[in-house]
Amino acid sequence: MNRLSIINLLVLVVRRDLLLAMRRRADVLTILVFFILIVSLFPLGVGPEMDMLRKMAPGVLWVAALLASMLSLGRLFSADYLDGTLEQMMLAPQSLSVLVLGKMISHWVVSGLPLVLMAPVLGLQFDMSPEALLVLMLGLLLGTPVLSMLGAIGAALTLGLRGGGVLLSLLVLPLCIPVLIFGSGAVEAVSSGLSVTSNLSLIAALLMLCLVFTPWVTAQALRISME
Amino acid sequence: MAINWFKYSAPSTFYGLAGKLVPFFAIPAAVLFAIGMYIGFFVAPVDAVQGEAYRIIFIHVPASILSMFLYLIMAGYAALGLIFNTRLSSMMATALAPTGALFAFISLWTGALWGKPMWGAWWVWDARLTSELILLFLYFGFIALHASIDDPRRADRAAALLAIVGSVNVPIIYFSVKWWNTLHQGSTIKFTGTSMHIAMQQAMFVTLLACWMYAVAVALVRVRSIILDRERTTQWVSELKEIA
Repeated sequence: MNRLSIINLLVLVVRRDLLLAMRRRADVLTILVFFILIVSLFPLGVGPEMDMLRKMAPGVLWVAALLASMLSLGRLFSADYLDGTLEQMMLAPQSLSVLVLGKMISHWVVSGLPLVLMAPVLGLQFDMSPEALLVLMLGLLLGTPVLSMLGAIGAALTLGLRGGGVLLSLLVLPLCIPVLIFGSGAVEAVSSGLSVTSNLSLIAALLMLCLVFTPWVTAQALRISME
Repeated sequence: MAINWFKYSAPSTFYGLAGKLVPFFAIPAAVLFAIGMYIGFFVAPVDAVQGEAYRIIFIHVPASILSMFLYLIMAGYAALGLIFNTRLSSMMATALAPTGALFAFISLWTGALWGKPMWGAWWVWDARLTSELILLFLYFGFIALHASIDDPRRADRAAALLAIVGSVNVPIIYFSVKWWNTLHQGSTIKFTGTSMHIAMQQAMFVTLLACWMYAVAVALVRVRSIILDRERTTQWVSELKEIA
């Protein structure tokens, strides 16, 4: 085992999961369409006044991103669990935490990154200013990995349970509230002319915390679920 | 003489002990609650600003304190169960969860009743209300996860992990919500002395003790049922005189 092996392992897992995701492109697109649909429903529900929509936009986009990322979490481990791959991964001599981190990264690339790229287009529908759009994108860029990582804990805990999807949301959504608050707070700050650094720094801090702890916690959760 | 510190960590011995302990907590709970209500309604004066409506704090504050405190106790028991693999700790965690959720609910309910005359609204999106609501959801998550796993050992361990993650998150959630918005009045009881009348303090303290005793009594009764449920196939359960 040379020193690069952890990085190699990470690249291997990410590449494998991305390849699997690309073979089933419909799954990726469904999440994106769901995100767009949720965001588009809000103006229909509350009315087309631009002033109100502009005010609501950050919250609506963030809540939609939160729900869209919940939608895809169920698939994070279930396919590998059903065909026995996950069991082999756990038997492997390599660190399970690194394997899990790889799965989190690929989950984010598949379900988080498209939302980040799509958000400015949807923001324009809500008449957000260019600066607000930039901050929204930055916030989503820092925040959606946190959603994937916290969600992975829930996905591992609910692996193979009946009614897993609803239960997963019940477990994970309360934990995601800080990200939502800081993310939409940053956009509101820039809209009212305040500094965005505090909100964005706090999301970045959450990201760092999650990066350190959640792979290990998720690995423990998988061990509990698989024994 | 060697004392076996772990004698009561076995469900079979703790079952009997818990049964004996229940009255020692249940009766003080009822008595203290009666005393607390008496002081609260007849001795404590009317508040200069809030009038009679303030008296709801005698149930609201103890319920809020216990809802938060019980989450930590529950997470502590769950962690013990996860780390040392002790069955009884996990059973205690499971037994505490519904009581904690009940207190969180009472706290929200009485808060709404107090908020209507004071703030003119049943609900405001204030930091403490919101974090109490999130705490209630965390309790629901713990209970729901435990209930949806059939194997009790796996359920214990999975729920324990969730409780630990939740308790790490509670301060983060609390501060994020606090910075987000705050309307709730600041803490009345501070370490540097308090702005409350002495009878109000006494009433609140007594009802807090009553709620505490109630929580212990109910948890003990519930853990007895859980022990019987989990150990129903064992020899000692079938030899109990209430079973046979």
